[in-house]
Amino acid sequence: MRIGIPREEQAGETLVSATPKTTAKLIQLGYDVVVQAGAGAAAKFPDADYVAAGATVGSSEQVWAADIVTKVNEPTPAEVARLADGAILIDRMTPTEHPELIEALLARRATGLNLLAIPRISRAQSMDVLSTMSNIAGYRGVIDAAESYGGMFAGQVTAAGKTQPATVFIIGAGVAGLAAIGAAVSLGAQVRAFDVRPEVGEQIESMGAVFVQAAAAQQQVSSDGYAQKLTEDQEAATARMYAEESAKADIVITTALVRGWAPTTITADMVAKMKPGSVIVDLAAVGGGNCEATVPGEKIVTDNGVTIIGFKDLTSRMPAHTSQLYGTNVVNLLKLLTPGKDGQLVLDLDDVVQRAITVTHDGQVLWPPPPVQVSAAPKPVADDRPAPHVPTAAELAEKERRRQQRLYAWFGVAAVLVGLAITFSPDSFQGYFTVFVLAVFVGFYVITNVSASLHTPLMAQTNAISGIILVGALLQLGSTNPVVVVLAFIAATVASINIFGGFAVAGRMISMFRKDA
Amino acid sequence: MVDERWYSLVQAAYVIAGVLFILSLAGLAHQKSAKAGNTAGKIGMGLALAATVLLALLNSEQTTAVTAALIAAALLIGAVIGTIAARRVEMTQMPQMIAILHSFVGLAAVLVGFNSYLTEQHADAVHLVEVFLGVFIGAVTFTGSIIAYLKLSAKMKSAPLTLPARNLLNLLILIVSAGLLAWFVAAPSLVPLLIMTVLALLLGLHLVAAIGGGDMPVVVSMLNSYSGWAAAAAGFMLSNNLLIITGALVGSSGAILSYIMCKAMNRKFTAVILGGFGTEAKATSTSDVDYGEHRETTTGDLAELLRESQTVVIAPGYGMAVAKAQYPVADLTSKLRAMGKDVKFAVHPVAGRLPGHMNVLLAEARVPYDIVLEMDEIQDELPDTDVVLVIGANDTVNPAAAEDPGSPIAGMPVLQVWEAKHVVVFKRSMATGYAGVQNPLFFRENTAMLFGDAKDQVEELAHLVGVSAHEMAPVQG
Repeated sequence: MRIGIPREEQAGETLVSATPKTTAKLIQLGYDVVVQAGAGAAAKFPDADYVAAGATVGSSEQVWAADIVTKVNEPTPAEVARLADGAILIDRMTPTEHPELIEALLARRATGLNLLAIPRISRAQSMDVLSTMSNIAGYRGVIDAAESYGGMFAGQVTAAGKTQPATVFIIGAGVAGLAAIGAAVSLGAQVRAFDVRPEVGEQIESMGAVFVQAAAAQQQVSSDGYAQKLTEDQEAATARMYAEESAKADIVITTALVRGWAPTTITADMVAKMKPGSVIVDLAAVGGGNCEATVPGEKIVTDNGVTIIGFKDLTSRMPAHTSQLYGTNVVNLLKLLTPGKDGQLVLDLDDVVQRAITVTHDGQVLWPPPPVQVSAAPKPVADDRPAPHVPTAAELAEKERRRQQRLYAWFGVAAVLVGLAITFSPDSFQGYFTVFVLAVFVGFYVITNVSASLHTPLMAQTNAISGIILVGALLQLGSTNPVVVVLAFIAATVASINIFGGFAVAGRMISMFRKDA
Repeated sequence: MVDERWYSLVQAAYVIAGVLFILSLAGLAHQKSAKAGNTAGKIGMGLALAATVLLALLNSEQTTAVTAALIAAALLIGAVIGTIAARRVEMTQMPQMIAILHSFVGLAAVLVGFNSYLTEQHADAVHLVEVFLGVFIGAVTFTGSIIAYLKLSAKMKSAPLTLPARNLLNLLILIVSAGLLAWFVAAPSLVPLLIMTVLALLLGLHLVAAIGGGDMPVVVSMLNSYSGWAAAAAGFMLSNNLLIITGALVGSSGAILSYIMCKAMNRKFTAVILGGFGTEAKATSTSDVDYGEHRETTTGDLAELLRESQTVVIAPGYGMAVAKAQYPVADLTSKLRAMGKDVKFAVHPVAGRLPGHMNVLLAEARVPYDIVLEMDEIQDELPDTDVVLVIGANDTVNPAAAEDPGSPIAGMPVLQVWEAKHVVVFKRSMATGYAGVQNPLFFRENTAMLFGDAKDQVEELAHLVGVSAHEMAPVQG
């Protein structure tokens, strides 16, 4: 089958749904690829590179006549009308808000596959364009904030004195929020972050940010990987916290987007209390914005000198990588849809991922899909085994104390026994026994220090030195009793095998250990 | 009679040798000083032998020439066999080699014990007890090590031999031996000594036969310990301080190694010794639990993943050594490091058939030791690792040990590889590991399986990684 890669027609769009690299992968899957002339130009992918990757460059008509068309921006009904009959359109869509799109698809008996509907299950992660776009937006949001902020992110110590690092407050630790945390931390800023889902606290901290707590605002672990709407009490508590944090921050980045809807997190009042020169980046501008003062699509400066960035095209500002990652999402989806790797797209509606993204197929409307329950947190395992008893600290302490007591008791018993044995043994034995006990303890401390990686050479070497039993055999070799001599000879021979073999093999192993040159 | 001074000189040599032996083991605390330790041991042994030969010649009841010839012959035979064996042995065969060397110490202890009884005319009770104990420990070590050797070299099947009432059997032998000791002390003769020897030989046989193949690291360490105690017992009966010191050193060394191994497997020492691992814990078999589906990957995809990663940790298991994949693994490592990646090895204490066995295998493949880390050293780095390659390991990376209290291996410290961003498991099939426990790691979201022969797969991977991204572009993107 043939895949068409059209040029994005929306004004200012720089992205393209396939790069030369991802095109090569599509071809590996057995597809023919036709790229509209100049499709990748804005992302700096010349047509020649697509040709080198094995694609053909064609006109807009040729591209739209393909069996499969992949795009970045939501298709217009006019575009859908250009599809061939029964063609497949892979794109980001919002069919619930735009029912006319479904009509247009039905008119062409086309199959519409909605990339925005990829369920958040682990198997589908590699196709999740929402995650991809959020990730890039989070990163770019920090970069744009840094540009508008009149200071340095990292604290500097110069001959002329030092500057404080910028304080960045990030609301929402979803994919975008975490990417923003990562970018801001690596620029050297002090990053504080908040999320209503308690399970992401660890992730926030692992990225190097401080997890801001607002006890009353914490929610239950989410069941579908998205945050829920808040209750009134929770909202009041979070609002107080937002006000405190934003007043302290140099940069505020808001990322709260619940299924396309942007709740208000930063009120006009909070903006008024922020420091002059501080910057708000509203990554939820596409959904109307988290900040009341945000003008979607614009960068504005408020009366008190706070810059508010409401760009909706953050991802398009980094076209090369965005296109590459978006294209890879598309490739991964097509891998799933091309089980035979033979260039034949097979749609399996029994598969949850494929079912979830299918808007129309074979003249039928399949939207909205049945819900897919997933979780970002590990599922509580249904288990009818009795829960394991978790010992409390007191119990542990008690156990430890008992163990100590037992240890002392055994030590006492051993001391008494050894004492008795020595008291009633001949003088000669006492000296040897002393040596023995001391040697055991010396051995204990010496061996405890041996590096675990040298335990095998250690065994070989102890083998060698335990061949010292040869000493006994040698002394018996001078006997006049022939039986003794024979036995002693055998003993001496095997013991010397031990000595020579043990030392040689230990030496051989030790010399293998080399440090990195 | 000879000048007393000679005896004093011999004693001086023994003291120095004893110190050198301690230093030789202390040297193994680090790779840098290990060679010096080995040399110290050799010098100590040379001194001790020279002094003993002198003493043997001075004390000889026969003509000096005959004694000297016998000594020279024994040493020569031992040197030739020992050196050839040490040169030829492959590192994968090291466990067998160590086991057979233990058996020699056991055999020598038995023979020296008998001789000591035969040559000592006016033996007191203490000496008789010493002889009896020396022969007993020696005999158990001897047959135990032989069985360990046979099992490790796969000349005998490694499954545990589970006789009915096997613990009772062992106990019976101990009790009978104690009775024989009383008889031996009361009326010294060869009869009780010989009966006990036969019983002890059987005990050693049965003791190790009852222990399964995977518990061999503990068994070999334990026999290492026994061989030391046997030497110490010989030292008591011969009134020789050097033997006592050496025996005590080796005995405690083996005991510590056994302890470390048991802790690494979260097994009680007694449970290992009493044998039959995997026979009692099977009741809670988790095979009916549905873990979901595993995900497969290819060497091509993995090569790409590795090229994009910064930190790579390789967790090898004995399966790697079985497949002889350590050489391609070393090759892959050096290629990745040449590309500026941070590559480390994570070695679980029981990865291999001997304590520290995996380290030796990697060292032989010329992997620098400073990137080979112990479990405790690397555990904290795993969450920050991009890719973990699990090669031939299974139970040592099983999350069930940490998370499922009902699992037979619950509580065993394991490498927490699942904390890393990606885990790729090299495996022949989906079969379970030695412990017979299914590994939920294989079904984790961030785990991919790479089936096939580890050696072939790693070789191919090393090749694909070596081909630079630029060259790949036209073919693979």
